[in-house]
Amino acid sequence: MIKLPIYLDHASTTPVDPRVVTKMQECLSLEGNFGNPASRSHQFGWKAEKAVEEARENVASLLNCDHREIVWTSGATEADNLAIKGAARFYRKKGNHIITSKIEHKAVLDSCRQLEREGFEVTYLDPKRSGIISPESVLNAITEETILVSIMHVNNEIGVINDIEAIGEVTRKKEVLFHVDAAQSTGKVLIDLSKLKVDLMSFSAHKTYGPKGIGALFVRRKPRVRLEAQIHGGGHERGIRSGTLPTHQIVGMGEAFRLAKKQMNSDNSRIRALRDRFWQGLQGMEEIYLNGDLERRAPGFLNVSFNFVEGESLIMALKDIAVSSGSACTSASLEPSYVLRALGLKDELAHSSIRFALGRFTTEEEVDYTVNLVRESIVQLRELSPLWDMFKDGVDMDKVEWVSH
Amino acid sequence: MAYSKKVIDKFEKTLREPEKNSVGRWDPSEEDVGTGMVGAPACGDVMRLQIKCESKGDSHIIKDVKFKTYGCGSAIASSSEIVDMLIGKTLEEARDIKNVDIVKALDLPPIKIHCSVLAEDSIRQAIKDYETKV
Repeated sequence: MIKLPIYLDHASTTPVDPRVVTKMQECLSLEGNFGNPASRSHQFGWKAEKAVEEARENVASLLNCDHREIVWTSGATEADNLAIKGAARFYRKKGNHIITSKIEHKAVLDSCRQLEREGFEVTYLDPKRSGIISPESVLNAITEETILVSIMHVNNEIGVINDIEAIGEVTRKKEVLFHVDAAQSTGKVLIDLSKLKVDLMSFSAHKTYGPKGIGALFVRRKPRVRLEAQIHGGGHERGIRSGTLPTHQIVGMGEAFRLAKKQMNSDNSRIRALRDRFWQGLQGMEEIYLNGDLERRAPGFLNVSFNFVEGESLIMALKDIAVSSGSACTSASLEPSYVLRALGLKDELAHSSIRFALGRFTTEEEVDYTVNLVRESIVQLRELSPLWDMFKDGVDMDKVEWVSH
Repeated sequence: MAYSKKVIDKFEKTLREPEKNSVGRWDPSEEDVGTGMVGAPACGDVMRLQIKCESKGDSHIIKDVKFKTYGCGSAIASSSEIVDMLIGKTLEEARDIKNVDIVKALDLPPIKIHCSVLAEDSIRQAIKDYETKV
């Protein structure tokens, strides 16, 4: 018997790997490693500091960078804020222009909005229909005033991978800082910071089978990148980010990233095969569309629009499957996904989209069960849909005068 | 989003047994049928409501109802809910049905009020269409 509910929302968050849980538990109680890593006067502090530095090495090892380039933060949101606001405010004498894209995470977009309020100018690049931001569009947007480019590695809604190698070549040549939000890519896409010309990179633990509440920012040493601190206090993390280091969280992230490095190849080939099996299983259905490039895509991501069926009603029909939708009805804003709209999708296809995100613990049985349930539910919901009737009757829906409310 | 049990029950019943729950359509050109279609695909919901009426003396009575809805779970539950409210009513009585009646019947949360407004609009449209025929 298959165990329900089935979790297919790994782009939202992942369960903590049991091996990570064990490591974290060792850093909490009196018997364990509970000390303050900043305590210099006793062995509790020294032991905690050692654990934190081991974790830093593990994180740096997955990314192939120097451990001194890793700054702990509370998550990728804080890392994005620190990178964007910290760099812009430090370098504002050099210029006041920032470039980002329309499909970034809100942590990037809202940080940029804040800088606009402070007098910076921001260019929001359009992605191609495939979801990819072209290096040429970055190049064309750079002006004398540009100080920072922020482009994500893997998009959180569609899983499409940007060519950060090529974009880095552009920004380095133009002497502009390059920040990358890599919250979705660790353990899924190879990141080699010894080769990539990326200056700042944000990470999260909980998308990679680590705990929530911890992340990191990579801050390049050569060429050196300076930041204005956004949180002030005890001068932790060389003054870039104050606040007592949460040993258990950090150790959890370190172990999660160590496992990610060890298992990346096997995880990816298994998850990619499941993803392909999923997509194959949906073949033959009418009016379904895959959103975003299929080739340049992190394994595990399938974002599909089921035309003439509203996404939230499909989520309700798939009640034992945990997925998310670009439909407005699942958000508080009443607007469909800004990412899908930026790809040029019509609003109705954005409303009809579902993101399936497979992960390390997803099984073949779960995929097959979900495929069958999706197929069955789509038939049922289209039976209920006046738009499906009209489509079958050959009505051109672009010509209908809709009575919107 | 957390739904009321009523919305979930209504939605699931409608999905499982569409015919029993008045899902379907009649030819809109039939004399005794009034059709109302409201909403837009770009907004994420479209409701098509049809009433079949017979005249009794001076008034017209709704004998049967059919609908199809593209929209969220609450929109589907709302349209299914109004079927029970409409059958057996005169057009005057049907016109008195307000969106708050649907909100109450399904315990709709504030963010889903627009689904009930859509349902109310579809009733009005269907009645208007029928009245142009008699």
